Amino acid sequence: MTVTEEIHLQGPVTHPVVELAGLTRTFPGPPDVHALTGANLVVNPGDYLSIIGPSGSGKSTLLHILGLLDRPTSGEYLLDGLPTGKASESDRSALRGGRIGFVFQSFHLLPNRTVLDNVLLATLYSGVPRGERTKRAKVALERVGLGHRMTFTPSTLSGGERQRVAIARAVVASPKLLLADEPTGNLDTTNSAGIMDLFDELHRDGLTLIVITHDLAVSSRASRRVRITDGELTEVA
Amino acid sequence: MDRISTRGAPQPEATPEATAETTTPQGDLLAGVLPDVGQERPKARRRLRVPGFLRRGRGERTAKAQIHLSARRDRFSVRDLFAEAAHGIGARPGRLLLTILGTVLGIGSVVVTVGLAQTAAGQISAQFDAVAATQVVVEPDTTGNSWSGNAQPKTKLPWDAPERVMRLNGVEQAGLIAIVNTNSAKVTAVPVNDPSASASIGPAVLATSGGLLDAVRGQVNTGRYFDDGHSARADRVVVLGERAAEKLGISRLESQPSIFIGDDSYTVIGIVNAMERRPDMLDAVILPMGTAQADFGLTRPDELQIQIATGAGPLVKVQAPIALDPNGPENFKVKAPPAGSDLRANVQADINAIFLALGGVALLVGGLGIANVTLLSVMERRGEIGLRRALGATRRNIAWQFVVESVVIGLLGGLIGASIGVFVVVGVSIMKDWTAILDIKMALGAAAMGGVIGLLAGLYPAMKAAAIEPITALRGGI
Repeated sequence: MTVTEEIHLQGPVTHPVVELAGLTRTFPGPPDVHALTGANLVVNPGDYLSIIGPSGSGKSTLLHILGLLDRPTSGEYLLDGLPTGKASESDRSALRGGRIGFVFQSFHLLPNRTVLDNVLLATLYSGVPRGERTKRAKVALERVGLGHRMTFTPSTLSGGERQRVAIARAVVASPKLLLADEPTGNLDTTNSAGIMDLFDELHRDGLTLIVITHDLAVSSRASRRVRITDGELTEVA
Repeated sequence: MDRISTRGAPQPEATPEATAETTTPQGDLLAGVLPDVGQERPKARRRLRVPGFLRRGRGERTAKAQIHLSARRDRFSVRDLFAEAAHGIGARPGRLLLTILGTVLGIGSVVVTVGLAQTAAGQISAQFDAVAATQVVVEPDTTGNSWSGNAQPKTKLPWDAPERVMRLNGVEQAGLIAIVNTNSAKVTAVPVNDPSASASIGPAVLATSGGLLDAVRGQVNTGRYFDDGHSARADRVVVLGERAAEKLGISRLESQPSIFIGDDSYTVIGIVNAMERRPDMLDAVILPMGTAQADFGLTRPDELQIQIATGAGPLVKVQAPIALDPNGPENFKVKAPPAGSDLRANVQADINAIFLALGGVALLVGGLGIANVTLLSVMERRGEIGLRRALGATRRNIAWQFVVESVVIGLLGGLIGASIGVFVVVGVSIMKDWTAILDIKMALGAAAMGGVIGLLAGLYPAMKAAAIEPITALRGGI
């Protein structure tokens, strides 16, 4: 019996999506900067977690490590039950593509490509079967309410619409975890509310979300709140 | 890998039981979001049901399958690679045009140079006959060393040599030449016995057969050339080379002027010029063979000049000595032009060396242009690279994308350059009334060369792109 079969046979027993155990990240150089000091965190499937903290508190570092864009100095990060700290660069790329969806503050959409192409971009590297790609991208765009904008280029869209495209791109490969970094930082109140409503819907549908923000209105929507101060995580009730 | 597979197994401390009941089973997680989400997962599972003994490297496979949620071949396949590269190339048409310009010019100039060299070499065999390509000279071979002065001819050219070789295929004209020993008799226009005059060297005296004029491509200026009748009768007539006539003060023949060789007078019946193959004859006084035999005791002709058809050189070289002396053909020394193809090959080799240097420089410039622009575009597209890495692209995926982009740019430049080159060669040939000769393989090879240039030019920028860290790249935006 293989490891994978065991996992699937024991259906009710599931891994936390994210598990940080004694995770530290130190940036070398005089003086050493301790961005994260012994962070412990468990995020279970279906959680909606917000991470709040002032700037310079280690938010970005935590996001980069959660998104497998950076490696911890010590401690272990289990993503979907898989250890990532010492995994090879190509394995980490595959994990990023298959299990994590990113939503950035500045959207990061390719300006010369259509909305549909931008969403399809995420399917290229995550191993979505070729035959399903277009269908899934269209479904994802319909889901965020942009079914009528598929052939537009991002430059013709409003900020809120752009962030919706980015969210469609983040969920099209059906990730285990949606990582949002100040998703409303570049948006006005109305558009922010729309995006937060969309996050609520995704959460209701069972997606695990981690939203990093300094906006209290955004963080109040989450079911769990974690505060990060000087590299230490504390759960806020 | 082993580490991943062992850690991937459910371990009590890694999966707290407390969390299990609060969550929904993962398979249904996104069912509401995307109807067909998770379809690839059963596929992966099915693949893993293959009995363990049939699989190689079982532990690794398991770990890979856990990381890669679906069949690997659909993760950025070659098709995706080319589609993305095509988008990258097409994004800035104006810049693309400038980028490929260097390669277009480089490849184009190579094709034009080689094409024109080939075309010109094809024309040479037709135009080259004026001097060397149609001349054959037969001399008796000599024994001993000509430097020490004891050289002796091995054999003697027969007096009827021209008639003998005229029967050969490819021979068009033939004539004999001999140097006449006048026993220090001077050639003068008027016999003056002036003991106080300083000794001067008069013009040389030669004897030829009647058909020689055509064989050496001479032309009659005034009067006529003697024929075999004069020779047979040993008539005292001479033909003067143009410069010899000038020295002797003879320019018109209406008064039937004479010259003196020693004390004997000879009637000048013609003045010749041109003589492209024996320019020395322009300075000579030319006697008929028979006259030289009778008056000066000429015993042997010195050389046989033959004009041949283009390309007949190798044939005449073999056959002429046999025709002259079937018993001792080896005793003749024959100077014949090489076959036309050899000549062409020689000319082409010369031009090829020039082309290699020229084309090399042009291609280097083209390659540097591509490298430069690709590097620039890597720097510009840092944000895009960071995004792709965040979406799951490996360093290798990124590197390949830029390599393919620059190879395609190079190929494009090569193709355009090669086609322009072909058109230029054809155009020049039409204007010059030449037959365009162009090696198709060369044209295709030049186009492919563009791709190779692109590959070399793209390697460094691709490495740069692959080395970009996604974190720093994402900070800047797109």
